Amino acid sequence: MATTPLLAVEDLDVHIGESHILHGIGFEVAEGGVTALLGRNGVGKTTTLKGLLGLVERSGSVRFDGRELTGLPTHEIVQQRIAYVPEDREVFSELTVAENLRLAERGDGEPRYDLVHDLFPRLQERSRQRAGTMSGGEQQMLSLGRALLNDNRLLLIDEPTKGLAPNLVTEVADVLERMSELTTSLLVEQNLGVVRRIAHHALVLDHGEVVYSGGVDELLDDPARTRDLLGVGSTSGGSH
Amino acid sequence: MTVFVLLTITGLGLAALYFLVASGLSLIFGLMDVLNFAHGVFLTIGAYATWWSAQRLDLIGEPTLRLVVAIAIGMAVGAAVAVAVEVAFIRPLYGQHVGQILVTVGLALALTALLRAIFTPDARAFPVPDWMGDTTSVFGASIPNSRFVGIAAAVAVYVGLMAFLKRTRYGLIIRAGVENRAMVTALGINVTRAFTLVFAIGGLAAALGGAIAGTYATSINPEQGGHLLIFAFIVVIIGGLGSLRGAAIASVLVGLLQQYANFYALVGAGDLIVVLLLAVVLLLRPQGIGGRAAA
Amino acid sequence: MSDTTTTLPTTTATTTPRSGVGRLLPWLGVALLAALPFIPITIPVVFGGPLDSPGTLNLLALMLVFGALALTYDILFGFTGLLSFGHALYFALGVYATTIAVTHFGLSLLSAVLVTVALGVVLPLLLGAICLRVGDIAFAMVTLAFAQAGSIFVLRDPLRITGGEEGLALDFRALPEVFVGVVNTRYVFWLALAFAVLVYLVSRAVVHSRAGRVWQAIRENEQRVEVLGLQPYAFKLLSFVVASFLATLGGIVYVLLLGGASPGVTTATFTLTLLVMVVLGGTGTLWGAVLGGALYTYLNQRLVSLSGSDFVEELPGVVRGPLSEPLFILGALFVALVMFFPGGIAGLRDAAVGRRVAGLVRHLTPGRAGEDR
Repeated sequence: MATTPLLAVEDLDVHIGESHILHGIGFEVAEGGVTALLGRNGVGKTTTLKGLLGLVERSGSVRFDGRELTGLPTHEIVQQRIAYVPEDREVFSELTVAENLRLAERGDGEPRYDLVHDLFPRLQERSRQRAGTMSGGEQQMLSLGRALLNDNRLLLIDEPTKGLAPNLVTEVADVLERMSELTTSLLVEQNLGVVRRIAHHALVLDHGEVVYSGGVDELLDDPARTRDLLGVGSTSGGSH
Repeated sequence: MTVFVLLTITGLGLAALYFLVASGLSLIFGLMDVLNFAHGVFLTIGAYATWWSAQRLDLIGEPTLRLVVAIAIGMAVGAAVAVAVEVAFIRPLYGQHVGQILVTVGLALALTALLRAIFTPDARAFPVPDWMGDTTSVFGASIPNSRFVGIAAAVAVYVGLMAFLKRTRYGLIIRAGVENRAMVTALGINVTRAFTLVFAIGGLAAALGGAIAGTYATSINPEQGGHLLIFAFIVVIIGGLGSLRGAAIASVLVGLLQQYANFYALVGAGDLIVVLLLAVVLLLRPQGIGGRAAA
Repeated sequence: MSDTTTTLPTTTATTTPRSGVGRLLPWLGVALLAALPFIPITIPVVFGGPLDSPGTLNLLALMLVFGALALTYDILFGFTGLLSFGHALYFALGVYATTIAVTHFGLSLLSAVLVTVALGVVLPLLLGAICLRVGDIAFAMVTLAFAQAGSIFVLRDPLRITGGEEGLALDFRALPEVFVGVVNTRYVFWLALAFAVLVYLVSRAVVHSRAGRVWQAIRENEQRVEVLGLQPYAFKLLSFVVASFLATLGGIVYVLLLGGASPGVTTATFTLTLLVMVVLGGTGTLWGAVLGGALYTYLNQRLVSLSGSDFVEELPGVVRGPLSEPLFILGALFVALVMFFPGGIAGLRDAAVGRRVAGLVRHLTPGRAGEDR
């Protein structure tokens, strides 16, 4: 790659309690499109995202658009126009939908309510409902909506389709595809059909290290390699 | 009937005091996981600052107005002390819960001792306007007017805090932070400002509580905050850590229960029942009445 | 509290095996203490009277009792990681059960002690079993609540047996002659010394036993103890009962020392001061806790008399006032220790100070991962 990558990670090291989760991983994410972060369960994908955001104590170097992030507290990292859609959504269940969105307004540009309500009409219909009383799929939409409200340069998205019914998986994938036209994403996703459909680049973690970095199709078209690296068979049903 | 009315209103008056201390404690614990043993001292300092100002405000001839101004000063002092405690002592120990609790324990002991050293351990007469010391007859029961003032003050603080939590951006941040602090920072919000803010609110309400306690007893002493703190803790736990509504309900419950049982059963029974109630609540429903929610 | 990553907690207890002379040194110290009532030397400023005077012996005995009491609290807080706010209750139990049994029910001292010892096992077993059902902050609050109940019971005195705020004197007619009167202070002093030695030996033994190692493992990481197939609850209850029982014994010695019970020992503030003692000396260390308790007691008593001295009298009022309040100095010292030297006095020995300060600096610098999720 000739141009500087949007995100360059070097020697990212994370200990949680007594376990050494990430052993100095390094990778790059180029501007534009979706990069999928893959790997077996418990291999440290979520920890990688949290490490980038400073939500867990970490060492090493994370450069975002040339700027070093590891010295900044979480909120200042996010203010660099990075958004986080955590695993398990983590919407504020006691707050209403509207309040959840209002909280996400960052003040670094006009909040894009039109876009969010266009993508998720249900969030507008249910704006006065308490987020905790919504279904898992609706909470996921709210969590994605929170991230889309601001004009972000990088989205860190952790398993957005986890635990969703098949029709909702397609709906979320549609949104992710539309999002990928607007901004760069680093996506952790178990559903390889979704990965094949929206990601162009893949990173695979194993034993706390990056063991693959390359094209998505190249990886998923090779069943032996997929099984070896991801511990699953490649799904053939990628809908294009 | 007369006795029951008297007990009910004085019980509510006591509940008002508990709530003024417990509201701040609850928000602080809910948002920051800090069990603030220094909260009682905020109350005492507020009471002393009010007393001290009232003595020096002699250009205000009208006693009620003088007390009101003095209380405003006392609340400002209470808030300032609380903010100083958060910034200087709690903040450097973020992430170390036991360390933070220990620091507040040390501050509670040291600041109480400091008040004793400065103002002597003896009780000081608190300036109460005549009308507040007078009684009003309710269904034949003579109730000191100070109790009505106390109840009104607590209700005002409750309504004001609720409005603040529901209507303002900082209120939103506090409510969200009580639920999930990490996610608030992950939305790009500097949550440490909210930490300082809840300490300021806690100091303000506790200082008001100190002044109200002064009007009830017509005197103040360096230990009064510590005595109230234990029951405020009980209220906070029964009400649910971080829940303002829970704290309000639990304040009323505890205040009334104490008054009724102390009168109708043995002396001290009310206090014991309240403590046992806490044990029962903790063992059966550890999250308290209100669960983990700020409002 | 700890800023380092955890290791297997086998080496946390203090005493390393020592050979020959080193092993004898503590016993020489005990022997020297035991001989004090025969040494009529005056150490100016440090003690108000000669070493063999009743005043000095009384202070030393108090230091020994509280040093040992701090150690019992350290078993709970320092070694097992249980932050109890109700330890004073079990000390107060020893104080009040003995006094009430003797003064109110007319039992002999021996019977009173036996009754108290029995209560000292039953009550902690019962309350510990309840309190330990909840963890962390809730545990701290329930223990505080039960202790508060005890305090209210003593202060309000619904059964008319505790003497309320006045306290209750021990009926000296029921006591053996050696424990009565100022001239016999030395016997009480020896009793306190024996108690302190007993607590130290028992604590050392339990801390180094298998159970003691499990306590320290629970303190470091309770989940891992569960994974190992052990029941943390049973071990925590054992720690609770051992610590509380020893505290009850301490209460008995204290009553003989002071000749009666006063409600101060039941209060939450008293438990908080135990916490200060332990942190002052160094949590999770045997001799540190004893030293912390003794030093606290010494300062608490002596600072009062020092504040009346000529030196302090000449200071301006702003400085003199706070100096006359030992709790101000001790509380401030405690805050400083927690913030800068969490290891207490024992931690200073390890030359770990630099690392602690470095750790604190790291905590103050921005960019640190401050969140726990």
